[in-house]
Amino acid sequence: MSLDFTEHEEAFRAEARAWLAEHSPGRLPSMDTTDGAAAHREWEKKLASGRWSVVAWPEQYGGREVSLTEWVIFEEEYYLSGAPTRITQNGISLLAPIIFEHGTPEQQQRFLPAMADGTDVWAQAWSEPEAGSDLAGIRSTATRDEARGGWVLNGQKTWSSRAPYADRGFGLFRSDPAAERHRGLTYFLFPLTADGITVRPIPQLDGDPGFAEIFFDDVFVPDADVLGGAGDGWRVAMSTAGNERGLSLRAPGRFMAAADRLLDLWRERGDETPTLRDDVVDAWIGARAYQFYTWGTVDRLQDGGDMGAAGSVNKLFWSDLDVDLHETGLALLGADQELRGEAAPNGGRWMDDYLFSLSGPIYAGTNEIQRNIVAERILGLPRGEKRS
Amino acid sequence: MRFAMSAEQRSFGDALTGLLTASDVPAANRAWAAGDDTAGLRLWEKLAELGVTALVVPEEAGGIDGTPLDLAVAFECLGHHGVPGPWIESVALAPSLLAGTKHHDVLADVAEGSARVTIAAPPLAPYALDAGSATHVFLLEADTLSPARSTRALTSVDPSRRLQAVEADGPREILADDAVARGLDLATLACSASLVGTGERLLRDSVTYVGQRRQFGRVIGEYQAIKHALADVRVALDFARPLVHGAARGLESGDDDATRDVSAAKVAATDAAHLAARTALQVHGAIGYTMEHDLSIWILRARALAGAWGSTSHHRGRVLDHLMRS
Repeated sequence: MSLDFTEHEEAFRAEARAWLAEHSPGRLPSMDTTDGAAAHREWEKKLASGRWSVVAWPEQYGGREVSLTEWVIFEEEYYLSGAPTRITQNGISLLAPIIFEHGTPEQQQRFLPAMADGTDVWAQAWSEPEAGSDLAGIRSTATRDEARGGWVLNGQKTWSSRAPYADRGFGLFRSDPAAERHRGLTYFLFPLTADGITVRPIPQLDGDPGFAEIFFDDVFVPDADVLGGAGDGWRVAMSTAGNERGLSLRAPGRFMAAADRLLDLWRERGDETPTLRDDVVDAWIGARAYQFYTWGTVDRLQDGGDMGAAGSVNKLFWSDLDVDLHETGLALLGADQELRGEAAPNGGRWMDDYLFSLSGPIYAGTNEIQRNIVAERILGLPRGEKRS
Repeated sequence: MRFAMSAEQRSFGDALTGLLTASDVPAANRAWAAGDDTAGLRLWEKLAELGVTALVVPEEAGGIDGTPLDLAVAFECLGHHGVPGPWIESVALAPSLLAGTKHHDVLADVAEGSARVTIAAPPLAPYALDAGSATHVFLLEADTLSPARSTRALTSVDPSRRLQAVEADGPREILADDAVARGLDLATLACSASLVGTGERLLRDSVTYVGQRRQFGRVIGEYQAIKHALADVRVALDFARPLVHGAARGLESGDDDATRDVSAAKVAATDAAHLAARTALQVHGAIGYTMEHDLSIWILRARALAGAWGSTSHHRGRVLDHLMRS
């Protein structure tokens, strides 16, 4: 890769590669099925047993406390090895950074090790029927219950990824009915088996229930499960919105591995559709650009910079790249592209991964919201009519 | 591991930006297009004083033996400001080509800024830029280098690119394959960096314009249709630059993949500059469609450089060939 990795970094890469080569189960059934979820949890246990599940975390919670560079190296090796997608992703990338920053020592001890080994799979509960891109429109409520020392949740969350097979959820609720928009929200953690919670799975475009609605009907949550201060939920949730590990800085390994699969497909099928040549090359170039871009970001972060609004630039690029790359793969399959399952080329992986890629421009802030952020915070264009 | 530019490279870029911002480069560009070289040559001297012309000339030939990344930093600035003249030919290509030939003495003058070399290198760059005013004109055909002379003037879509058809006019010399390959890679890298700079300038001027221009009672930069189009340009440029820098680092370390990455950089830089040009033109509206507005300097530069030093089709082919071999 022509970058000067240190001996220590190269040794870490070699160790990760060797462990993954020996232990990776390859592709597993979809994590959004009963069997698939169980298989993915088992894989997380295996990863944790080798201390590979959360390499960037402190050792006391199951990690190796590696540098950001090494984290990206691990992610590269992970995807190159063909290892499965992570059922613990939401917890590790969205929730854990907040627990590290705002959680009490007791919360850190109670939640992080169980997240690290896949015992607790977490589902995010952000969106509501009337609060999608406009997340501050949250209406679900939290009412103070002084007698029991906690809060009572009511309302409805939706599009909660992983919720059908997860153990616990995290999300924002309106704890001050008089406050509006970003104010008066509180960040709660709750078991999905709590009394008063109903999870209704929603089949996604791929047919599997990757997300769900969650209904809250007088669900009691003790004070010990409030993350950050009461009424401070928005600030707590956004404090790591530019979080460098996970969604904003999505490791490049996944896209380079997909680009390599596309090149293999081109070797097999390119003769049949030579007009797709440019699309194949552009997908690979995009993955290579993403790889170099990420190393530049890692440098900046390690020099004390932060991700800031550049996370939006990043998300726009990888989410569009992912869709384009998989559309090209499907196009190379010709009439076979519509097939799914075992009869399909490559076990249906092209269509499975394509359907997954289609969610990228929507989740974690739609690409329209991201373009607004880029235009206003990076280019400095005027916000225009007042939005609160 | 380090990917980012060094502090020295940043301050080099800042120094070039300072100089070029203080000079009226658009006026020099227009004068150059009209055949008046005075202001352009003064810029050449000033940039030579900052070391641009000596960047990849070997130390023993009076150069500073800099890196391909230094070159990329410089050419992004030249592109950003629309500097006219045979910079790619003199600064990026000539050092590799001339070093082992009987013309090697020219390099000391290139480094010092007194020689301006132009080179036609068909098929990638079939015409010699500024052959009428350069101090040395060469023709590179495959691995054969000859002094050359102009046969006729041609007109580029970019008026500041004064192209000439040339023919060999002097003794031929056979060059080492790696000298030719490296020279062409550095020229392509410099062209790619220049395209990124061109795109950045188009974006910057567009952001300024849409923040001032009012229609329907508000500045047009408030409209999402404008915001989203310019955001897409930001994204395209932000992901083209790492390819240019990554390719530069590969050339520096002699990486086998460097040639492939140079081609990838040219494709991404061309596409990003093209998107910047189309978007800049669209958000400016009719005023952007005039030769009088300075935006024309960069819109037409982006178009001209798209085909120079290998079209995107050529470079996509090179990327794929390399990937299929590995």
